[in-house]
Amino acid sequence: MTKDTQGPLWEVFVQKKSGQPFVHCGNLHAFDAEMALQNARDLYTRRGEGMSLWVVPSAAITASSPEDRGAFFEPSNDKIFRHPTFYQIPDGIGHM
Amino acid sequence: METNEAQAVFESKLANNEYIEPKDWMPEDYRKHLIRQISQHAHSEVVGMLPEGNWISRAPSLRAKLVLLAKVQDEGGHGLYLYTAAETLGTSRDEMLDALLTGKAKYSSIFNYPTLTWADIGAIGWLVDGAAIMNQVMLQRTSYGPYSRAMIRICKEESFHQRQGYEIMTRMAFGSPEQKDMAQDALNRWWYPSLMMFGPPDTESPNSEKAIKWRIKRETNDQLRQRFVNQTVVQATYLGLKVPDDKLKWNPEKDGYDYSDPDWNEFKNVIKGHGICNRERINARQKAHDNGAWVRAAANAYSQKQNQQSEAA
Repeated sequence: MTKDTQGPLWEVFVQKKSGQPFVHCGNLHAFDAEMALQNARDLYTRRGEGMSLWVVPSAAITASSPEDRGAFFEPSNDKIFRHPTFYQIPDGIGHM
Repeated sequence: METNEAQAVFESKLANNEYIEPKDWMPEDYRKHLIRQISQHAHSEVVGMLPEGNWISRAPSLRAKLVLLAKVQDEGGHGLYLYTAAETLGTSRDEMLDALLTGKAKYSSIFNYPTLTWADIGAIGWLVDGAAIMNQVMLQRTSYGPYSRAMIRICKEESFHQRQGYEIMTRMAFGSPEQKDMAQDALNRWWYPSLMMFGPPDTESPNSEKAIKWRIKRETNDQLRQRFVNQTVVQATYLGLKVPDDKLKWNPEKDGYDYSDPDWNEFKNVIKGHGICNRERINARQKAHDNGAWVRAAANAYSQKQNQQSEAA
C-alpha cells in the first residue's frame, strides 16, 4: 500500500464580484483540480465571499526572492516621471 | 547573505512592525516556536469540534442544530487555515497529524472537559470562544504573515460563535428555574478551564518572553486573562448568573477585577494527558483518521490514473 497522504497543495484565488480581480485567499490540499475547486468552495466561500474561484497547484508558482528584493525592483525606483504628479499642468484648462 | 546581516534584516522588520514571510530568513528558534504554536492552534480547532459534535444530534431545535453544524464546520475550516500556515514553515500536514495522534503535540486543555448538558454548548460559545477570540484578535497582528492572515480570516468568522453561545445562555438563564440551574452549573464548570486557556501565569510561562520579543504575541497571558475577566463579568451579571469566585471584586486602582487563579496543578495534569476526556478525544481523532484512509487512498489512485491517461494521450 502506498504511503498515506493528504494530496498536493493548491493555491486558491477568489473573485468577489464580476469585474473585480482574483485575489489570493489561501491554500488547501486536494488530489486533483476538481476536488481542489470543491474544497475551495467549502473552505473559502461559506459566507458569500466570492462568485468565482481559481485553483492553481502551488508547485506551479514561481515567486520572486526576498533577498533580491532591492536589485529586482530597483528599476522602478528612480523613474518618478511615471507618476502623474511629476508634471505641471497650467491652471484654467479644466480637468486632465 | 551572511547570517549576521540576515539577522539584522529580520530584527529591523520586527522593529518596524513589518511582517516576516515564508521565504524570508528567520532564526531557527523563531521557526520552531511558530511551528509548535500554529500546529497546536490548528489541533485545538480540530479537537474542539468534538465536544460540540456531541450535541449536534441532540440539539433542542432545528434552528439550534443548523447553527451548531455551521459553527463546527467553521472550526474545521479554521484548523485547515492554520495547518497550511504552519506548512509554509517547512513542516508537513502528515507530520503534524502524526504528532497529534501520538500525543507529541498538545492542543488546548479546555477540550478535555466533557459537555454534559445543552447549556455547556452555550457556555463553550460564550466563554471558550470568547477567550479564544481575545487571544486571536491579538494574533491578527502577529509578526508571521501567513499566521496573521489566517487569524484575520478566523476572527471574521468567530464573532458569530460567541454570539450564538451567549444566545443559548440567555435562553437558559431566562427560561425555567431548571434551565437557569443548568446555565449556572455550566458557568461553574467552564469558568476556570476558560481562564486556563490563556496559559500559565507570566511568571511561569517559559515561552512568553521570546514570543513577545519576536512579536508573535503582543500581550502576555495575564494581560489577556485580565481583559477576559473584565469583559465577561458584566455579561454574567446580565444573565443573573454568579461567577464561581468568592474573591471576585472590582479594583478601581487597576481598573479591573481581582479574581482567583484557576488550579494550575489541574491545568498541568490535563496538559499531561490526565484530563477527563484526553483519551476519548485522541481515540475519536484516530478513528476519524483511520476511517478516512480508504478515501485518501482512492482519491490518490484516481488522480494518478488521470495523470497517466493525460500523459499517454
